[in-house]
Amino acid sequence: MSQAGFEPRLVGFLCNWCSYTGADLAGTARMTYAPNIRIIRVMCSGRVDPQFVLKAFREGADGVLISGCHPGDCHYQEGNYKALRRYKLLSRLLEQLGIEKERFRLEWVSASEGARFQQVVNEFTEQVRRLGPLNFKFNGGSHE
Amino acid sequence: MVTVTIDGKKIQVEEGTTILQAAKKLDISIPTLCYHPLIEPYAACRVCLVEVSVRGRKDLITSCNNKVQDGMEVETASPRVLRSRRLNVEMLLARAPAAEPVQRLAREMGIDKPRFPIKDPNEKCILCGLCVRACEQVVGACAISFIDRGTERKVMPPFGEPSEACIGCTACAHFCPTGAITYEDKYGRQVIHSELYLGPSTAIRVPIRQAVPMVPFIDESACIHFKTGKCQLCVKVCDRQAVNHEMKEEEVEVEVGSIILATGFKPFDARRIPAYGYGRLPNVITALEFEHLVNASGPTGGKILLASGEEPKSVGIVHCVGSRDENYNEYCSRVCCMYSLKFAHLIKEKTEADIYDFYIDMRCFGKGYEEFYHRLLEEGTKFIRGRVSEITDLAVTKEEEGKLIIRVEDTLLGVVRRIPVDMVILATGLEPSVDHNQLAKTFNISCSQDTFFLERHPKLAPVSTFSDGIFLAGCCQAPRDIPDTVAQAGGAAAEALALADKASFSLEPVTAEIDENLCSGCQICVGLCPFTAITFDREKEISVINDALCKGCGTCVAACPSGAAQQKHFRDRQIMAEIEGLLLV
Repeated sequence: MSQAGFEPRLVGFLCNWCSYTGADLAGTARMTYAPNIRIIRVMCSGRVDPQFVLKAFREGADGVLISGCHPGDCHYQEGNYKALRRYKLLSRLLEQLGIEKERFRLEWVSASEGARFQQVVNEFTEQVRRLGPLNFKFNGGSHE
Repeated sequence: MVTVTIDGKKIQVEEGTTILQAAKKLDISIPTLCYHPLIEPYAACRVCLVEVSVRGRKDLITSCNNKVQDGMEVETASPRVLRSRRLNVEMLLARAPAAEPVQRLAREMGIDKPRFPIKDPNEKCILCGLCVRACEQVVGACAISFIDRGTERKVMPPFGEPSEACIGCTACAHFCPTGAITYEDKYGRQVIHSELYLGPSTAIRVPIRQAVPMVPFIDESACIHFKTGKCQLCVKVCDRQAVNHEMKEEEVEVEVGSIILATGFKPFDARRIPAYGYGRLPNVITALEFEHLVNASGPTGGKILLASGEEPKSVGIVHCVGSRDENYNEYCSRVCCMYSLKFAHLIKEKTEADIYDFYIDMRCFGKGYEEFYHRLLEEGTKFIRGRVSEITDLAVTKEEEGKLIIRVEDTLLGVVRRIPVDMVILATGLEPSVDHNQLAKTFNISCSQDTFFLERHPKLAPVSTFSDGIFLAGCCQAPRDIPDTVAQAGGAAAEALALADKASFSLEPVTAEIDENLCSGCQICVGLCPFTAITFDREKEISVINDALCKGCGTCVAACPSGAAQQKHFRDRQIMAEIEGLLLV
């Protein structure tokens, strides 16, 4: 399935307090990670509406990452648990739609884990690269 | 009141006073062995004999338990008294030849050797029963008593077996006048200069020598009163009546607008590096112990001494113990280089010792610090660049015998060296305080990778945290020295004041809102809100968000099936547009 020269396009939804700060730390610490990910900041991983994920796939993303605080560390007490619940459900829905579940990932990255963020992004990029481009046509969608 | 005459001196005393107490008021000393002012007299030793005459009738009685009578005439050193007392002491000496106070009395009376047979030359117990009385009257444990009779009489717990009634308070040993009862030091390692942590501690103590306020406290876990309900000797001896066993620690709830966390650090536990021998080799001490030792109000009065009481001829200071080490803590503890230099300087000032400093890098970053380092170099402190691999007392050569040998690779010379010294000071690093993780949970603040509290931004908000109104000061955020801590604490205080000074409080503008026209009243959002900011308006049958309570996480927005809930600055269409924009190319 994989194609030569394929660069996956990934969308990451990062919570403001842990993962976005962690990504920021990776940046200020001059850690390099795969440039394939495009980051959208949300206040909490609990803000990630399942529609955002579907929208991202629809717009041509090859993979979607949601990243929030470690369990128990949520700035809003329990938003990450809500994200986890939605992730479980949405994973099943995506599979039924024919999108491999490896293209959708939920990770806990704390504000101090710049190195972990780097590792997560690199791993995820490789994982999606192996899967190849998302071969999915939305009904009536404009996207090819 | 009764009037008595003791050795020709008249005195008026209260009724019920013992002869011994009356004599004491006249500064007449009567020798005793089994008397203790806090314990009921028992007249066991018979050394306090005096001759009394009441209405012309003379008698020899013990002074500790006999009370004065009106018109009593007492002679404390008549020939008859001295003769009888001498005989009693002679018998005591035969019974307990090793008891130091008996030996002293015998010497004073010119007794060289008792005429009576000595049963055990090492016996110290004079059967005075102070221990038994202390255990019963003071402690209330009644764990020991006299057993057997005559020459077989001795003090023992029941059946001579360890008693369950014994609470291990060691009061018996403390009251024993002859040192016949000893107890094992359960702290194991009793080194003169490690008193701060390891020495025996009493139930009433001042936590540390520089404690503020300088007030002793009662350690409930060690205090006899809290075990048996008795004792309270401290109440009896305190003239100021300051001791109160009823006092309880209490939890006080205080409402505040902001909180500054300054929970500090704990020193790295040097036992975690077994190769350095701390806890095993008595002359390997930590920096804090040395600080205690060298303190003028410390156990040695500021003298730098080895466990043997001698002055060290050479001292090694090992830097970076538990710091800059992948096995323990990767970070630099910042303060150790400078306090090690201070130690080297103090040792130079107070002793003739050779000083070796084992460092990885000298980090003299502050104002005047580099200059101080140069001064130390000029003073002749020997600096050896390299991490110490081992501290041992196993000598290989003759010079090493009886010394501590520091094995280190001298990275400037490129050789492994063995350096024998008398004392080793471990410059232990800094770690977050003991209940650090619990605190982080309580205040909902994150920790950075080095486990210290994480600031909101390293440059732009160094004293703030991700939780509004909670600020950081000092070593709970990262290891730092006193000047830096004071500066940061000032910053934190100013931030807290700035919050208090404002009449209004600005909220993050990212709160959620509900479009009345779109809300279907399904109430999914109500249960999701962790801050109970959403209520249901029964009249209008819509959900309503309280702006002051909403923290702006957006969980309700993500869950709203009708799209009525939206988060300011993070509206669905904004994020959708972001997704589109990001994936254009």
